[in-house]
Amino acid sequence: MLYDAVLELADDHLVLGHRLSEWCGHAPMLEEDLALPNMALDLIGTARTLYDHAARLEGQGRDEDALAYLRGEREYRNLLLCERPNGDFAHTMLRQLYFAAFMAPYWQAALGSEDEVIAGVAGKAVKEMAYHIRHAGEWVIRMGDGTDESAARMRAAVADLHIYTGELFEDGAGDAALPSRAEIRPAWDATIAGIFAEALLDVPEVPFPQTGGREGRHGEALGHMLAEMQALHRAHPGAVW
Amino acid sequence: MSSTPLWEVFIRPRNGLSHKHVGSVHAADEVLALQAARDVYTRRGEGTSIWVVLSAQIVASDPDQAAENFEPTADKVYRHPTFYEIPDDVGHM
Repeated sequence: MLYDAVLELADDHLVLGHRLSEWCGHAPMLEEDLALPNMALDLIGTARTLYDHAARLEGQGRDEDALAYLRGEREYRNLLLCERPNGDFAHTMLRQLYFAAFMAPYWQAALGSEDEVIAGVAGKAVKEMAYHIRHAGEWVIRMGDGTDESAARMRAAVADLHIYTGELFEDGAGDAALPSRAEIRPAWDATIAGIFAEALLDVPEVPFPQTGGREGRHGEALGHMLAEMQALHRAHPGAVW
Repeated sequence: MSSTPLWEVFIRPRNGLSHKHVGSVHAADEVLALQAARDVYTRRGEGTSIWVVLSAQIVASDPDQAAENFEPTADKVYRHPTFYEIPDDVGHM
């Protein structure tokens, strides 16, 4: 069903976008304090278009706000990777690289989608994701091939987050109007291998990937995030600013 | 951030116009400086091209010499191209 597949994509973008927005005012330097919310806004902008599209496909009278703010964590279909807490700067940049390295070739493949909204989103997002790969990738390289402290933090981030990357390639709901996720794997592997080689990082083997986000089985962190993200809308339904 | 170099940022707003100084960023190297400049100074569609230059590489005039550098031109109005008749066909110069 296209509705379910679009909702999965929208949830990935909103959840990761909200995570990045949590850095606003807390980044290690002013330049990153603008760069991280810039990336957050790219993702949230895409999420809005996708929620609006999903709401129309569903045709039950729900709008983008209802889908974003009035579903509980078991109804969210996002990747576990996207909901992982920010951790330190190394974790945040690696999470961003993993996601963007997947979405760039995904949107590239979606440019020719028969669904006009998806093709339109792809045209804009493919450039945004190219920048996210560059920004996050350059930081991963500098931290991995940096000081003892930064290299240790980068390796810790890989050890913590790599187990969530297998889920990127599960086709989940899927739909003929959207690219196959499994077929994105070679492009993702090549991007990560290139950056890890420069960053002096090893790509770990993951015998047992962590999955379940597509079925609504999330880690405990997502509920806390949604509680904060949804509190205002639930307290003041329809609030605008 | 005291050990992180400072870079001056120049943005070209449109093709045909010159790069113009817009401010500065901190970054460890030239690649991150360009990224920081893009994120800090082009968020509202300000530019089509970015230059960054290490602030330490800029040679500046001495403010104490401002009087001898610039004030002698004040009474030389004949250097301004205001004594010519410009034909209408020339348009804006």
